[in-house]
Amino acid sequence: MKAINEMKVTFPSRSSNESFARSVVASFVAQLDPAVDELVDIRTAVSEAVTNCIVHAYPDNIGEVTIVARIYPTGRVVIKVRDKGIGIENIEQAMEPLFTTGGEERYGLGFSVMDSFTDKLKVTSKKGKGTVVTLEKYISMRQRQAKQF
Amino acid sequence: MAVRIESSGEGMTAFLTGEIDHHTARQIRETVDAAVEKSKPKNLYLDFSEVGFMDSSGIGLIMGRFKLIQHYGGRLTVTGTSERIAKIISLAGLERLDIFNNAQ
Ligand SMILES: Nc1ncnc2c1ncn2[C@@H]1O[C@H](COP(=O)(O)OP(=O)(O)OP(=O)(O)O)[C@@H](O)[C@H]1O
Ligand SMILES: [Mg+2]
Repeated sequence: MKAINEMKVTFPSRSSNESFARSVVASFVAQLDPAVDELVDIRTAVSEAVTNCIVHAYPDNIGEVTIVARIYPTGRVVIKVRDKGIGIENIEQAMEPLFTTGGEERYGLGFSVMDSFTDKLKVTSKKGKGTVVTLEKYISMRQRQAKQF
Repeated sequence: MAVRIESSGEGMTAFLTGEIDHHTARQIRETVDAAVEKSKPKNLYLDFSEVGFMDSSGIGLIMGRFKLIQHYGGRLTVTGTSERIAKIISLAGLERLDIFNNAQ
């Protein structure tokens, strides 16, 4: 199925962009008239994925973070968060609840949050090349029937 | 300001405001830790009632302060957590800790 709308944004991996990243995706998804909770789910999941790029993908330097979001006629939203950082060697282990390489202030919860706040989570990664996190969320129909889709 | 600190005979309360993510958590952590290390309160309260957004960085923030105050022999109490924040706390499996007190 073809996407009916698409956005793409690229920004440097500075922590001050975390709030920008979740806001820009939320603003884009707002055209589907999501419920408040659905929007907070998306904001939270995007925040986790982007923070991981900033904290883990580029531990010692600033690199590019790219977000592509697509909306499909059924109300499905697909969000890809991509970095060209260090990559993840063992994805299965990384996704285990409470697994972290992040030290004292990290709790290893990011992937668990992404998983529970979206309908589908996919991670692909190549060591030394980077990581792509794909988040999918269905926005319920609610008032959307009234609009022209 | 993402955090405001008030002290009384009871202990120290850090009122957190706005959005808690990896970026803002750093500033909150530095402010709270400096205040705790200075006055080593018996009780530290983290008040979340003015927090509009929190991701997993908030869990790191809570647990880091938990360890710090335990190091000084004090107690941590977390108050004012919304349903959203409670959901993340329970994902972390932390609701069993006796630091959460929403009746406060
Ligand atoms: N984009 C990425 N690039 C490289 N490694 C990553 C990336 N995302 C996640 N990881 C690895 O996966 C681990 C688990 O990530 P997750 O988000 O679940 O927890 P965390 O970031 O360590 O802690 P928290 O999200 O609770 O602050 C990380 O510690 C890191 O080792
Ligand atoms: Mg994370």
